This record gives sequence, C-alpha cells and structure tokens, in this order.
Amino acid sequence: MDISVFLQHCLTGISLGGAYALIAIGYTMVYGILRLINFAHGDIFMMAGYFMIFAIASFPWYIAIPIVLIATIILGVLIERVAYKPLRNAPRMSIMISAIGVSYLLQNLATYLFTALPRGYPTIPLLKKIFEIGPLSASLVTLITPVITLVLVYVLILLINHSKAGMAMRAVSKDFETAQLMGIRINQIISITFAVGSLLAAVGSILYFTDRMTVFPFSGALPGLKCFVAAVLGGIGSIPGAMLGGFVLGLGETALVAMGYSTFSDAFTFVLLILMLLIKPTGLFGEKVTDKV
Amino acid sequence: MMKMNKRTKLILTIALAVAVMLLLAYLDANRAQYSYGIAILQRSAIYAIVAVAMNMLTGFTGLFSLGQAGFMAIGAYTVAILTIPVEDRPSVYYINGIADALANASLPLWAALILGGLLAAFVGGLIGIPVLRLKSDYLAIATLGFSEIIRAVIAAPQLDRITNGSYGLKSIPNFGSIYDVFIIAFLCILVMILIINSSYGRAFKAIREDEVAAEAMGINLFKHKGMVFIISCFFTGVSGGLLAVFMRSIDSKTFQVMLTYDILLIVVLGGLGSITGSIIGSFLITAAREWLRFFDNPLIIAGFQIPLFRSGFRMVIFSLVLMAIVLYYRKGIMGSKEFSWDGLYRFIHRLLSRVRRKTPGKEANHHE
Repeated sequence: MDISVFLQHCLTGISLGGAYALIAIGYTMVYGILRLINFAHGDIFMMAGYFMIFAIASFPWYIAIPIVLIATIILGVLIERVAYKPLRNAPRMSIMISAIGVSYLLQNLATYLFTALPRGYPTIPLLKKIFEIGPLSASLVTLITPVITLVLVYVLILLINHSKAGMAMRAVSKDFETAQLMGIRINQIISITFAVGSLLAAVGSILYFTDRMTVFPFSGALPGLKCFVAAVLGGIGSIPGAMLGGFVLGLGETALVAMGYSTFSDAFTFVLLILMLLIKPTGLFGEKVTDKV
Repeated sequence: MMKMNKRTKLILTIALAVAVMLLLAYLDANRAQYSYGIAILQRSAIYAIVAVAMNMLTGFTGLFSLGQAGFMAIGAYTVAILTIPVEDRPSVYYINGIADALANASLPLWAALILGGLLAAFVGGLIGIPVLRLKSDYLAIATLGFSEIIRAVIAAPQLDRITNGSYGLKSIPNFGSIYDVFIIAFLCILVMILIINSSYGRAFKAIREDEVAAEAMGINLFKHKGMVFIISCFFTGVSGGLLAVFMRSIDSKTFQVMLTYDILLIVVLGGLGSITGSIIGSFLITAAREWLRFFDNPLIIAGFQIPLFRSGFRMVIFSLVLMAIVLYYRKGIMGSKEFSWDGLYRFIHRLLSRVRRKTPGKEANHHE
C-alpha cells in the first residue's frame, strides 16, 4: 500500500476514533458511578444530531452549536431524573431495563416525529473546508476532531482531579453509600455526570455526523454499542482509557474497511471485546475490583 | 381461608385443557372465518417460547441477554433453508443460485427446528462462555452487538448463495395443521418448566439472589450461567424457526433489535421470574399490537383530525408502557408468582369481598 494512502486511512481512523472517544467517556463515567450501562447514551447522541438539523434551520452555526449542546445536556439530565433516579434503590436489573426502555422510547419517538427516512445533516462550511498537506487531503473536521477530543479530555481530567465536584465524583464512584454519609449530594453529582456525558456526546455527534452527512432514528444504536466496548477496552471507569479505546476502535475499523472487509468492520468491535475480556478483563487502565459481600 | 383440594384442582386443570382444545378445534373447523385470530394466537405461542426462554435467563438467573433477535435469526434461517421444497429453490435463489452443498439438503420440520436450536445454542456458547466467565454485566452488550452483526452477516453479499443476501427467503412451507405450533410451544415450555423446577433451577435462583453466597454454597457459577444461557439460546432458536414457518418469508430486517425489545416488554409486563406471567404477557402484547393498530392511522372524529395519530404512534405508546411498568409497576402482572387455582380463587374472593364492602358504603353515602 502506498504510504500516502496509508496515512490518509490513518487520518480517517483517528478522526472516527476521536468521535468514538467522546461518546465512550459518557459511558465510562456513568458506569463508574451508577454501575449502569446507559443504553440510552447512543440515542442521546442520535437526538443531538436531530437537534442540530433543527437548530441550523433557524440560526447561524455559531449560535446553533451552543443550542445543540444545551439541549442535549437537558435531555441527558432529564432522562436521568425521570428514568433512573426513582430506581436508585431498585435491583440493578430494573434500572438496566429502564435504560433500555429509554433507548426504545427515543428511537420510536424519533421515528414518529422525524420519520424513519434519513435526513441530511447540515454542512457547516468552515468544518468542511478541505486542507491539503502534501499528497494528503482532509476536511477541517477530520483534522480538528482528534485535537478537540484531546483538549476536552485534558480539561475533563483536570476538572475531575482538581475541582470540588470532580473530587465528589471520584468519591461517589469509589463508594456510593459512604460518599452519601460524608455529605456529598449524590443526586447533584449524578446529574453533573450525566450533563458532562451528554455534552461530550453532543460534541461527538457534531463531529461524527458532519462526516456521515445523514441522521436516522437508529443511527445512534450501533455507534453507542461500539463506544461502550471502547470504554470496556480502556478499562471501565477510566477516562483516558475510554479515549484510548475509542481511538483503537476507530483505527481498527478503518483498517478493516480499507482492506475491503467492510461487512465485518462492525463484528470486529465485538470480537475485540471478547478477546479483551479473555486476556485482560479489567481493560487497559482499569482497576481490579473484587466483589464485596 | 378455604383451600381447594387436589381433586378440584385436577378437574379444573383438565377442564381448562379441554376448553383450550375445543377452542382450537372450533377455530380449525372455521379456519377461513377466523384466520386473523388464529394468526394472532400462533404468533403469541411462538413469542411465549422465546419470552419464557428470556425469563429463564433474566428473571430466574439474573443474567441479562439482549441477543434474542439474533438467535431467532439463526434458528429461522436454518429452518427456512432446510425446509423450502427442493423444487422451489431455484425460484427462491433466482439471483445467485444456491450453494451446491445445500441444493438438495432437506429435513422435516421437527428435525430442522432442533438443528436450528442447536446452532443457536452453539453460537450462544461461543459468545457467552468468554463473557460469562468474567462479568455478566457485559453479556447484554455482547449479545446486543451480536444480534446486530448476525443481521449484517446474513445480508452480506458473501453469503448470497446460502442466505440469499438481502433478498430474503420465501416459499417456506406452512405448518401441517394449526395444532403444530401450540404442541411445540407446549413441549418447549414444559421442558423449561421442568428445568426451572429441578435442582439446576434452584441453583439458578440462588445465583440470581446473591452470586457470592451461591458460590460459597458450592454452586459452580460459570457452569450454571453457561448452561442456562445455552439452554435459553436453544429455545430462542427453536422459536425463531417457528416464526420463519409462521411468516412464510423472512429477511434480515425481520430480526431487528426491536424484536428483542418486544420480547423484553412481554417478559417485564408478565413479571420477571414468572413463567405463566410471560405466557400471559405474550398473548396480551401480541393481541394488543393488533388491536392498537388504529393508533397508526389518522383518526378523524366528526370531521376533525386528531393530530397525534399517525404512523409510529403505536410504538411510542408501547415504549411508554414499558417505561411505566419499570418505573411504577415493577412486579408486572404476576410478579414472581406462578398461576395457580388457589391464587385465582383468592383473587376472585378478594375482588368479591371488595365489591361487597364497597356497595353498603355507597348506600350509606346516599342516605346522608
């Protein structure tokens, strides 16, 4: 393979991986705190895509983007309040089923409101501008996706390690009940977690859909699953791990497509999951957790 | 409280069985008139198998699998490929032809169903064993991902000569008589009930209640989890095969994740951990899906169109029902109890006494 073709594929892979990484962080944070696989996260990401379509219809892009971010945050926090909070003391099975119910609801609602036909995603001219570096050519979105991802992850890690809310978040994920006894307002911290996760999913959705061009009610389902796998790969609960997992998946998938096995690029993710669970079940950066009696 | 003796219960059970048989015979005799009703009942029976299989896994063992659609697809395609009459095959595979090895391979329905179940169980083992060895949390994701992949693989051009790719399979021969589905469903559910009531079943329940404690009591966690998962996959595959025969034509779109969610709704509505609940749930939901079709059509009352009613509204209602059950009515219809004549008797008794108590109360109000 030509070196420039190879680099071109690498660029695509890293860009896809960046979007995956942003979504994976939402999964890893929620799982770290609630031990819940938030099945609805992929659909929040899909809804963010639709929000953008409607926001851009009436506003210029620099106003539309903040609107999308805020709307997605509201959606994420609302879902937590309505569907997960009442089940705080219920068996874990119930809250997992509730998460699936939300995902089912969002997909059906999107089908009902926006029809099942794919809708064109608005192109933001600035993001679509083509750059040429030697033999490589890439649109701005491809180039800035990994940069945005890295910056956001860096800021997030700083916040988690140094801010008060971040410290509380770490405490809650270590031990839910003790944190509560220490006077941490659990519900507030969980809401913040969902807000951060949804914000990153919204950024991810803008970057992802600008490349894909269309949104349809199920376009969040498979990316959502893959990003959960990315979070497991990196070690669930670890933010740098989720980012790394996202990049690994993005690169691996692009490599398979480049080699002509595009049918199996989705299967690759789950083979990777099973292999990882066999070799290193805690993921790349995960801590070993023992079951408490 | 008065309890029924064994003999009364036996008589009631026999009476119920006879009533069901008579109903089926009546429907069979007037097949042309009731074909719609028969189709609903058959679909319900097929869903009952997969719902009980899912309940065995989710409600009785506490493992969460979301791969039902995928395992049903395996069973369905196995049965379809092996039972389409050999002389019809060229017309079904009219685009790419059929693989040489399969061109003349043909099995009777019962053998194809078992083979489909075994294949589903085998694939289930491949996925389940590595995942279950570690954290069963990931089972849901791994199986959900699997069921999406199996759809992609079925529709892949590389398998055109086996699965007919995206064109789907048709001309699947129908059941010999309308009893077939019900007999097979009855047998499958009976086997699952026997498993759940055996010592293995008690081990499953122990795992559901507390894994660590169960392990301390000497239950081999991995062995039992793997076993229940594989058994559940087997019956899911069988019901997929039945669905293929029932629908007469299938393609990869039949087995979307939505199918899994429908089954989950049935299990949750019926009650996690109740077999009779799952059976009642499957008949209820399947019938409701048909009755509620009017939600999808524009509704016009006195020349005024009610705005909400249009295509897709029914599914929104279904998802809201699922959410409402999980949030406010977590036990479902049956909770973790099973149907029993005593239970029915007590229920009627309570209902009657409540009515009786209410009536004088109302009269008293009137006097005031």
